[in-house]
Amino acid sequence: MLDVAAPRTETPKTADEVAELVADANATGRRLEVVGGGTKRGVGAGVGGDAVISLAALDKVVDYAPEELVLTAQPGVTLAALEKLVAAHGQMLPFEPPRLARLLGTKGHATLGGTLAANLSGPRRLRAGAARDHLLGLSVVTGRGEVVKAGGKVVKNVTGYDLPKLIAGSWGTLAVMTEVTIKVLPAARTEATLLLFGLEGARAGEAMTLALNEPAEVSAAAHLPARTAARAPLKGSMSVTAVRLEGFAASVAARAEHLAQALKGFGRLERLDAEHSRAFWLQVREVEAFARDPRPLWRLSVPPAHGWRLGEALAGDLIYDWGGGLVWLLAESEPAAVRDAARALGGHAAVWRGEGSALAPVEGPLAALNARVKAAFDPNGVLNPGRMGAA
Amino acid sequence: MKMPVPDAAIIARKAEIVRALQRLVPGEGVIGDPAGLIPFQSDGLSAYRQTPLAVVLPETVAQVSAVMAWCQANGVKVVPRGAGTSLSGGALPLTDGVVLGMAKFNRVLEVDLANRCAVVQPGVTNLAISAAVEADGFYYAPDPSSQIACTIGGNVAENSGGVHCLKYGLTTHNVLGCEIVLMSGEVVRLGGKGFDAAGYDLLGVVTGSEGLLGVVTEVTVRLLRKPQTARALLLGFPSVEAAGGAVGDIIAAGVIPAGLEMMDNPAIVAAEAFVHAGYPTECAALLIVELDGPEAECAELSAHVAELARARGATTIRTSASDAERLAFWAGRKAAFPAVGRLTPDYYCMDGTIPRRELPRVLAAIGEMSGRYGLRVANVFHAGDGNLHPLIMYDADKAGELEAAEAFGAEILKLCVAVGGVLTGEHGVGVEKRDLMGEMFSETDLACQQRVKCAFDPDLLLNPGKVFPRLHRCAELGRVHVHRGQTAFPELPRF
Repeated sequence: MLDVAAPRTETPKTADEVAELVADANATGRRLEVVGGGTKRGVGAGVGGDAVISLAALDKVVDYAPEELVLTAQPGVTLAALEKLVAAHGQMLPFEPPRLARLLGTKGHATLGGTLAANLSGPRRLRAGAARDHLLGLSVVTGRGEVVKAGGKVVKNVTGYDLPKLIAGSWGTLAVMTEVTIKVLPAARTEATLLLFGLEGARAGEAMTLALNEPAEVSAAAHLPARTAARAPLKGSMSVTAVRLEGFAASVAARAEHLAQALKGFGRLERLDAEHSRAFWLQVREVEAFARDPRPLWRLSVPPAHGWRLGEALAGDLIYDWGGGLVWLLAESEPAAVRDAARALGGHAAVWRGEGSALAPVEGPLAALNARVKAAFDPNGVLNPGRMGAA
Repeated sequence: MKMPVPDAAIIARKAEIVRALQRLVPGEGVIGDPAGLIPFQSDGLSAYRQTPLAVVLPETVAQVSAVMAWCQANGVKVVPRGAGTSLSGGALPLTDGVVLGMAKFNRVLEVDLANRCAVVQPGVTNLAISAAVEADGFYYAPDPSSQIACTIGGNVAENSGGVHCLKYGLTTHNVLGCEIVLMSGEVVRLGGKGFDAAGYDLLGVVTGSEGLLGVVTEVTVRLLRKPQTARALLLGFPSVEAAGGAVGDIIAAGVIPAGLEMMDNPAIVAAEAFVHAGYPTECAALLIVELDGPEAECAELSAHVAELARARGATTIRTSASDAERLAFWAGRKAAFPAVGRLTPDYYCMDGTIPRRELPRVLAAIGEMSGRYGLRVANVFHAGDGNLHPLIMYDADKAGELEAAEAFGAEILKLCVAVGGVLTGEHGVGVEKRDLMGEMFSETDLACQQRVKCAFDPDLLLNPGKVFPRLHRCAELGRVHVHRGQTAFPELPRF
């Protein structure tokens, strides 16, 4: 675990102050750890920063035009504050951002900037897209100390390179965000969830794939094997496979009816009303079942229809989200075994919690290309050194 | 439009270059004779023409890689080309460069319905992807108007859109992975069938990079299940303000239509005269609102949208009762460009995006400019996402009219940026809007983008002359010292 107290923490109040700190670090050879709410500080290779830049003071909403579906804010604004604001206008952050502080055993409040930097998205990702898909534009200070803007403040734009996508998911290793513009959408009026019980492995995968391939606009599909479902908060007696429907009431009702028919062959079906559906998906989003467990926590990304095979290849406890495309794994397995299992399915694996935390490595010519991109933004390796591995 | 000064030494080596390419791509894969090069002189932006040095049409990734590596080793520029439908000159050839045509990569390699994706070669047309999965009830969502001809490789290069972007996104939201060949000849895979890739989101930055970063040799696209029902409303309004207000009301009501299009009166009149879609020609503005989903949803929402339109004073409110009627509503909109083409020898299509609330002001300003430049204009508009397509009518045979049309277009785009919008919503920068990039981006912003170019193509051989007003040598960019973001390239002219 990182020693949070040791390095000096700077809390800039303006983009210019951020630029000054980064320029200074370049001049003096210091390395900087960039922190939003600090909830994911332990994820990825340990950052050996000489100082911390906290974006906590850059926490303003700059502009919000609900009718344009666009919101501009500073990166330090908390997700909680932002979701409260957009909810007051009947809107939502479509990518359903998770917080994961409890899962990771960290304090603090997840921020918009941190969520974008890690490209974190919740269960709705399989329908609505990821955090990166909703990042329309940004202002950053690059590792060179330059103030740069890219993208735009409208929902449709192809002017210049899509640097927002590149910076989303770069874990603060390319640039420090100072302002971001995201796309928001009307919130679903209601939701419902259909639950299937006792399905294992292949059968659960089949059920999710079938539901996702129906014209029912399923907005989330997850599977909790029996051992996971037995843990808090569900404390159930058998596995749970769940699909969610969101939208206008008449539409949700029609689609629920359609799906219930389609899933008839999978056994008893239970329907959760909006309130229980929300609670269910909140615990999936936050990976609640795996909070406070000492074992290493893995996050695997694989083609969704094949996700269930990981349960056969690996010993441990698993949660399948995104129809099987996102797999959380608690296991003591050899890291190489987990990475190989993911690779065998055409995916990759990262250690998210515990000693040896590391994001998934990149290999071959692609690794060299990643390194050149890093050098283009941060030639002196000032920002979050080592966090994404070699890059 | 100024292109980079051609390298006379390269042009002088033409015979040798053609021979070398023929060794790499045997058979009929290399075109060097002047007559054979004519079809490649321009793309969809036909006002600009240049004859390429040669055209090479490889059939395998190994050939693409070999051609790129040879060109890099020999300092020869490469211009990638799909179907050549770019509206911004993205595939405009260079007289000292080789056009790398990807038309022979025309196979659907795999349809993987369990993972809701298809793996296709870059020369497959946009529409052919949907056609390949139609029988299974799936489709590929982005639908640029050129979809019958444009290729998926070109769509990735340009991050193409279409009329369904507001609900279903652009190309970038519907591509899961691709394989690209770098200028060095190296082959890299970005993304795949999973949702997240390891490392930086290079797929995200390659998509929409206009052929400047790599040549796409394979694409994995996301497939969607076709909605059960689609229903369209045709709404006529006495003013642009009322139509714009209705669009705002629809979105405020929590409805994100699959399509939300606006046409102004000149566009309505032109379309009606051409296809007789039954448009109310007395209206100042027409909206087409398409809703999709289960029948229950379409029924509820179409009634709601009709109510909102009525409250804004709509004088025409028609809801499609059949798929034939829905398609008839669309017929005029989809024929708007050729319909305007009947009224004028030439027209010039712009592509700025604005915050929707600025629509009345921007349309009024365009009307004023039209009078000032003495050129007629019709406006079609992806109203849901604020993407404007003013069609400026001119006659290229009349001295000065092309230049006037370009100046008119540039003034529109500058206005788009001034009201908080952008230069291009879906057509790309290309050569067309290259010299306007300074309206949106500082020299520091552009230098940052160009350093990404250098990471992929350090010798700047891949599609130069597009996107960037001026390409700086990569070594020069590496030296630039910036202090507190203030002093970038003080020696450079501003555009």
